[in-house]
Formats: sequence, structure tokens, C-alpha cells
Amino acid sequence: MGWQKKILRVNLTEGTCTPEPLNMEWANQYLGQRGLATKYLVEEVDPKVDPLSPENKLIFATGPLTGTPASTSARYSVITKGPLTGAVACSNSGGYFGAELKFAGWDMIIFEGRSDKPVYLYINDDDARLLPADELWGKSTWETEKALHRMHQDPQLRVSCIGRAGENQVLYACVVNDLHRAAGRSGVGAVMGSKNLKAIAVRGSQGTQVADPQRFLQVVAEKKRILAENAVTGQGLPTYGTQVLMNIINELGALPTRNAREVQFEGADKVSGEAMHEPRGSEGKPNLVRNQACFGCTIACGRIARIDKEHFTVINKPEYWGASGGLEYENAWSMGPDCGVDDLDAMTYANFICNEQGIDPISFGSTLAAAMELYEAGAITDEHTGGVPLKFGSAEALAKMVEAVANGEGFGKDLGLGSKRLCEKYGKPELSMTVKGQEFPAYDPRGIQGMGLTYATSNRGACHLRSYTVSSEVLGIPEKTDPLVTEGKPALVKAFQDVTAAVDSSGLCLFSTFAWSLEDIQPQIDAACEGEWSLDRLMEMGERIWNLERQFNLAAGIDGSEDRLPKRLVTEPASSGPAKGMVNRLDEMLPEYYQLRGWTPDGVPTPETLQRLGL
Amino acid sequence: MVKRYRNNKENEMQRSLSLDPEKCTGCLQCEMACSNEYEGRFNPAHSRIKVFAFHDEGRFVPYTCTQCADAWCRNACPVDAIAIDANTGAKVIVENRCVGCKVCTIACPFGTVNYDHTRGKVMKCDLCGGDPACARACPTGAITWVDADWTGYDRMRQWAEKTDNAAHV
Repeated sequence: MGWQKKILRVNLTEGTCTPEPLNMEWANQYLGQRGLATKYLVEEVDPKVDPLSPENKLIFATGPLTGTPASTSARYSVITKGPLTGAVACSNSGGYFGAELKFAGWDMIIFEGRSDKPVYLYINDDDARLLPADELWGKSTWETEKALHRMHQDPQLRVSCIGRAGENQVLYACVVNDLHRAAGRSGVGAVMGSKNLKAIAVRGSQGTQVADPQRFLQVVAEKKRILAENAVTGQGLPTYGTQVLMNIINELGALPTRNAREVQFEGADKVSGEAMHEPRGSEGKPNLVRNQACFGCTIACGRIARIDKEHFTVINKPEYWGASGGLEYENAWSMGPDCGVDDLDAMTYANFICNEQGIDPISFGSTLAAAMELYEAGAITDEHTGGVPLKFGSAEALAKMVEAVANGEGFGKDLGLGSKRLCEKYGKPELSMTVKGQEFPAYDPRGIQGMGLTYATSNRGACHLRSYTVSSEVLGIPEKTDPLVTEGKPALVKAFQDVTAAVDSSGLCLFSTFAWSLEDIQPQIDAACEGEWSLDRLMEMGERIWNLERQFNLAAGIDGSEDRLPKRLVTEPASSGPAKGMVNRLDEMLPEYYQLRGWTPDGVPTPETLQRLGL
Repeated sequence: MVKRYRNNKENEMQRSLSLDPEKCTGCLQCEMACSNEYEGRFNPAHSRIKVFAFHDEGRFVPYTCTQCADAWCRNACPVDAIAIDANTGAKVIVENRCVGCKVCTIACPFGTVNYDHTRGKVMKCDLCGGDPACARACPTGAITWVDADWTGYDRMRQWAEKTDNAAHV
């Protein structure tokens, strides 16, 4: 148990919903969620397909611990071939939707084909149906959830859907559930839009069970105490959210600023987690209303924020006066320091719009930052932008451009292409801060060397969540390494990648690993699932998943030549801070990394490696 | 020794569930614990305690039966299917008597008696016989199991703390 052992196959072309048993042979090799869904994708989808064609598939997958009392058990992932990168895409989200899908009796939903009219999937336990979505199409994620609650007379329905960005196939559109939780990266929302699938609305009353309830409840209670007593998960994250990092990373000289031209932002303290607690001069209330947990989470790092009613972004717009999902560190960075903006409420507004219309704020902010540099260089002019000066530091430009992307209007169409395609279009590809077409997030690899290797080798394009070596290099978890040296980083990155792949396949949140090691997670998986889930088995599984993803990408035509960083990071030294004068030394790390992985010098898994992992 | 009201079980004070929305983060651990206590599954749909989210205000409010002393549900039940647990004071559904008429769900002013169509019976909080699973599961202290005669005093204390007595006493 742990698994419901049942998946739903939805053929959008034929309009059919068919239950089938979960492939337990694969579940025993890949556990669930990221690993297991990737296995289904690899088996069923030609890696060369156009990501936005009916031949691509879109998988919503839970893990065996999703919807159980294990702390942080909210997670589900959306797996597909991503349109931003052309690589395997796997975006993870929290909230309540994943657990509800599990409670309805399903481990996974596989969408295939394409509907010729807008539809949504309605699930009430065993009853799964495709219904017309004509009246939902064109609506925001917020309006869609409200409309579905009304249409089904069920305020408890949990909804995962796309906004207008997904409908318009913005290449970094995300899938949003529970109003402000998102499977954010790589454009999984654009794939959903390409299939004319607007939403999934689910209600479950079957619950979950685990293999050994007594042992499970005992171990999860014990592990929850570790989270409560840890300084990061017990205090830092609930109080400041991930935004606890803004000042720390800035001081470290690793905060990419103005499209990563600089590594420290003079306005960081104005947009930090601490600043979100400060009462605003205008109305005496802080930006932050409170923290919120995802389902089952005893950390509760989520930010619920409110924009000052008098702020220029929301004057005469009462629909944005209420509390909603606030700034997390990555979003605050991309729409703040990376664009040179220090207006917390403008950034919160842009974040609300990203949630409302299903836009990945990391990619959006980084793309806007590139556009601002192009504007400064004269490659983009007021003529292109419809008269909006795209100046670094302009909160007005941020607010106008997020609206333009959401509406698919004017220059918003260009911004919706992502940084790589935008910079190519305007003749300066070197200004795109991307790897494999995906914008990198809030850690500058000149100041945190391991993150350079992390970005370069991430299977879904630049990403911090594939091997968050910031834990070790900055926070000292599990042990402190020097962020400015490259020695030992290949092994560190490999270990983090493999552990993360295992955690991402369990249903638990990666943030638990600020306090938990895999040794803490393993007994929870072992008690929930049939069979013996040892530490060795989980580590090997993590490595298997990593190699499986790599193979998909290689077959898609993405090879070792794309394990590269933007030129800026390896040729232009950091201009201030502890890393002043340094570039990222990827070349010192990559060959050793390939070797540790058991790959050829070109980055291809050797036959021995594949055989060892049962691939 | 302070003499105070005791329940008929010797040396055991009567306790109440105390619910504090300020502390609730909306994690629903209580709902999982509650449903597991009753049906051996983690199934919020069948939880006797519910957490309601008021999104625009950023508020989460756990809510369940307050165990009225003179209970409306019990008075309304036509088949005497709601009994009083002598140890806890909880109003408890007697499953083999309940006919699923739902009159109690109408009588309850707070809506905390609910109908479960899968069994054709109503369900409500019975305080788990004196050791509520929801309170044990709550990670933030939003749900606590307190001396029944102390309900309200925490809040009174908070207000007392804010009062500047020096100027007025």
C-alpha cells in the first residue's frame, strides 16, 4: 500500500477515461511521482515529438506518501516533454490537489492526444468524466476554480488548471492548483493548453492506507519532531518562508542582479523576507498576512500576502485587495533584483498575476530582465514595447509586462517566448541567462560554484531543485562546503541529484531535507509501502531515475554539448562581494562529474552504467 | 488542594477541545488523524473535524462539535441514538440505533453533525473517548485538549497582557 495501485488514462482525442492497474513492476523500480511517471513517459512517448503536438503526453502523478500523515505529504508532479526546453519536464507542486487525487483512488492520470474542443476532467472517486469547458476557456485560474465550485455545487472540489498563459501556450506557462500552488517550470501548462485541457477538478472520499500503520504513525511522529526542532524548518521557513534567503544570498555575493550583470543588489533588504514583516508606511500593515501549510505539512513555509490598496498596481482593482499567495524567494528574486526592482508590492502584484494566469514567475522575471538589458542596448525600443520604457528598476514596466504576457498582447507575445528565443530574435543570444532554454533561478554560480554544475547538468534545464547544493555550500546542510571552491562539488552535485530524485518520487517535499536526510525519509517510505525499501535501494533508484531522464534527453537530441552555462557566468567575473573577480569554473567540474556518473567524456551513460542500474 | 468540579471518573477533570484559528496553518493533519481514528484510513472526507479556509482573509479555521451540555442534536433525535459519554461528556452517536433521518443535522445550530451516505448514518465528534486524535496530531497548538473550565481563559489572559493596568488601578 501507499499506492492506490490504479491509474486513469484519459484519451482526449477519443474523449475516453479508462482505469488501469498501476504497473507494480515499475513502481518497485521507480517508487512513484517523478520516477514512475518518467518511466511511463519514456515507454510511451517518442522523445523526438513536438512537445505541443497531440503525440506528447501529460502525466499528473502522486507518490506513495502523498495524502498520508507523513509531514510534507502534499506533493504531486506534472511530467511531460517540455516546450521551453525540448527536454523531459517534471514540475512539482504542493497545495491540496495531489492528496485529493489520491483520496479519489488514483495514483496517476495520463492524458494523451488532443481534444478538438476545450474540456475539463471531473473526478469524483471512481467516476471520471471529460466535460465541456467552453465557459471556462479564457478564464483565469482563480475564476476557473470558483466557476467549478459553482457548477458542481461543491466548494470542496480541488482544482488544478491553466490560466490564459497556458491557453495561449506561453512557453513557460505553469499548471496552478489551489489558487496559488504551481507545477511551475518548463512550460507544462503550455502542453495542457495545447491539448485543450483547461482543468482537473477532483473530489475524493476513499482515503489512503499504508502497509504498516502502527510503525508508520510512530515513525512519522518521530520525524515530525525533527522538523519542529530544526532551526530552518521549525523557525526560519515558517517565519520568513524561502525569502529568509534574500539577505543571506545577497551578502554572499550570489544574488544575480540586473540580468546577472552584477551579483549584489542594493535594494535586497527592501524585498527580503524581513521586509515582508515590516508595517508599510501608508497603511501600517505588513505585506505578509500569515504563513500557510500545504496538505500535511508541519513546516508551513507558504506566504500569504496582501497588496496595499493604495499601491499603483491595484488602484480601482478590488479583486487584488484580498490576501493570496505571496512572494517566495525565487519569484522575489526574478521579479525584484534580477530586474533591478525594489518595490515589494509591485512584485507581489506581478506574483498574483502569475498565479492567476498560470505563468512561471522565475522564467518570466528572468526573461523580462533580459528584455531590459536588450532595451538598454537599444536592440529593443519603445516601438517594440508599445511605448513602455523597459528600464531596469521600473516597477511600472514589471506590472505592465506581466499583464501583457498574461493577455498575450503586444510585446507580451515576445516575452512569452522565454529568454532564449527572445534574445535570439533580437540578435543578442548571449544575453539569455538560460541552460537548455530554461532560465536559471536565484543563485549566481560565480558565488556558489556547485550551482553552476547544478544548472549545467539539470535534466530539465537550469533549475535549483535538481541538486540544491546551496544547502551545503551556504547553509551547511548536511555539512558545510566552501561555495567558492570547485573541489568536491561534482560528487556533491551527484549525491544531491540522486537523493532529490528519490525524494521527488515519494510524495514528500524537498524542503523537508533542510532537516531530514534520506535516512529520515527511508523508514517512512518503508513503513508505507510493501516490500523492503532500504537506503541503498532508494539511492540506486535515484541514480536510475537520473539516468533515465538523461537517456530521454539524449534521444531527444539534447547531448553533453548543452551542459553549458551562459557565457556571462564563465567569462565575466563577479564585480563585488566575496566572489569578486571570480567566474564559474564549470570546466573544472564537468569532466569529473561525467566520470562519477559512469558516463563517457561526452556525457553519455556507458553500457556498464546502464546495465548496473537495470536500464 | 483546590476543590473543583470533577467528572464521575475519579481524579479526572472534564476537558474540552480548544480551537485557535490564529495558530492554524491549514495542514489538515487533524482531518487525517480523525478519519483514521474512526475508519482506519486517512480520509479527510470523513473527518469529524473540518478546517475551513477563508482565502481572501488568509485565515484557516478548524471547527467541530462543541459538545453542548444540553445538546440540541440529542434533544431532537427521535430514536435516542445520541448518548452521553459519562467520562468525557461527549455526545456520541449510537450507531446501531441511528436510522439516518438527519433531524439532528438540522437541529444542530453549528452544523457539526453530518451525514455519511456511504453508511446511512450521521457522524459527529465523540472526543475519541477522552484522547482526541486531532489534538495529538496538530503541529501548531491550534487544537488543544484543555480543562473544560478553563475555556476562554487563554484569550482573557492575552487581553489582560495588553491592558495597561498601572494607569487605572
